[in-house]
Amino acid sequence: MLYTNLKHLESAAELERAISENENVMVICGRMGPMCIPVYETAEELEGEYEHVKFYDMEFDNPEAHVIRSLPEVRGFMGIPFTIYYRDGKVVRATSSIQTEEQIRTILDREFSKTVKA
Amino acid sequence: MNGDSHYDAIVIGAGPAGLTAGIYLSRARLRTLILNEGTVGGQLVLTHEIANYPGVESINGYRLSGIMKKQALSFGCDIRSNITLTGIELKDAEKRITLSDGSVYTAGAVILSPGGRPRTLGVRGEEELRGRGISYCSTCDGDFFAGREIIVVGGGNSALEEAVSLTKHASKVTVIHQFGHFQAFEYAIEEARNNPRINFIMESVVTGFNGEEKLESVDIKNLVTGETGNLRTEGAFVFIGYVPNTGFLEGMVPLNRGGEIIVDSDMSVNIEGVYAAGDCTAGKYRQVTTAVGEGTIAALAASAYISELRVKQKQAAEI
Repeated sequence: MLYTNLKHLESAAELERAISENENVMVICGRMGPMCIPVYETAEELEGEYEHVKFYDMEFDNPEAHVIRSLPEVRGFMGIPFTIYYRDGKVVRATSSIQTEEQIRTILDREFSKTVKA
Repeated sequence: MNGDSHYDAIVIGAGPAGLTAGIYLSRARLRTLILNEGTVGGQLVLTHEIANYPGVESINGYRLSGIMKKQALSFGCDIRSNITLTGIELKDAEKRITLSDGSVYTAGAVILSPGGRPRTLGVRGEEELRGRGISYCSTCDGDFFAGREIIVVGGGNSALEEAVSLTKHASKVTVIHQFGHFQAFEYAIEEARNNPRINFIMESVVTGFNGEEKLESVDIKNLVTGETGNLRTEGAFVFIGYVPNTGFLEGMVPLNRGGEIIVDSDMSVNIEGVYAAGDCTAGKYRQVTTAVGEGTIAALAASAYISELRVKQKQAAEI
């Protein structure tokens, strides 16, 4: 159980739905540990500011999280949380272990720039 | 300046020292604001189990910091976290703090408790391989190294206790330490030395981390002989202490060579109405209990200062 204010993903099907229904998605896959908590808190803080991005978490030890743990993009990762950034259903970036707010903002700004539709 | 943005006291940092100061100041009915750049709880949230906090048999750091925060809020303390400080003026009677969003706060007293952060080695490959074999938390990442040979860098209590803990997962743990002796307590040294899965490389430092997708080896240098070598390993856990978050205070308050704030016995610094507490101060020990104690002293001293200030202001108004 992740005690965060983020929306929780409980299954692979929910993850699939989240990334297919939303253009920009950030999923933090971790535990309630010291390297993960600061990343959840940063995401909670940024949720209001980055309205064009959907923020989720998923328990690392949930068997359904195998869809994240087995991504080719996380090969070599040996530190939680695994944070995955999806655009249009595809992984565009993945990070391992704790990240600073500045590092997260940099990725969000680079990968999820707001698109202005004519 | 007065109004909503003026406080009796502003506390910078929301670790155990800052939260304790917030609890004491608010309970004394002083209008108090805690400004925090990172996660509320500071280094405390990085501790999985605290078994020596008096009155509490066992608790994890995240929960303890949550309780402290709740206590501070219940007494009316305001807390703003995940902020960025852009300006701090401490010399005048009215202290002024500016944030990156343009907010300006003023107060009669300021308590500095910005805490510290884990020290990194600062060597080649460390940043690139963090989370790919290099870790600073054994309870978080230890299970990735089941049956593998890993290293632990450091020689204090954390390093040796975590080395012992990591033998639950790793087949072999090599402790690399820069001195010929450990700084840890005797019980921790004994436990590590008696563990058959732990061996030691003393008087040596890691000079670089190597690997493409993940850590493959480390470069080591013996500080006595100058001899260099390479050790194959898939995991490296670094526990080499903390550095104080005091860079933004350089030139404003007295810092020692380690960047720690030099304080008097009442936690005051050399500016009237300014105090410091917690891991940022020049002290020998870094414990939750010592941070809480320093936060208490700083808050009581700040309360007394604010009372005196009010009397002086009242007298001046009457003249």
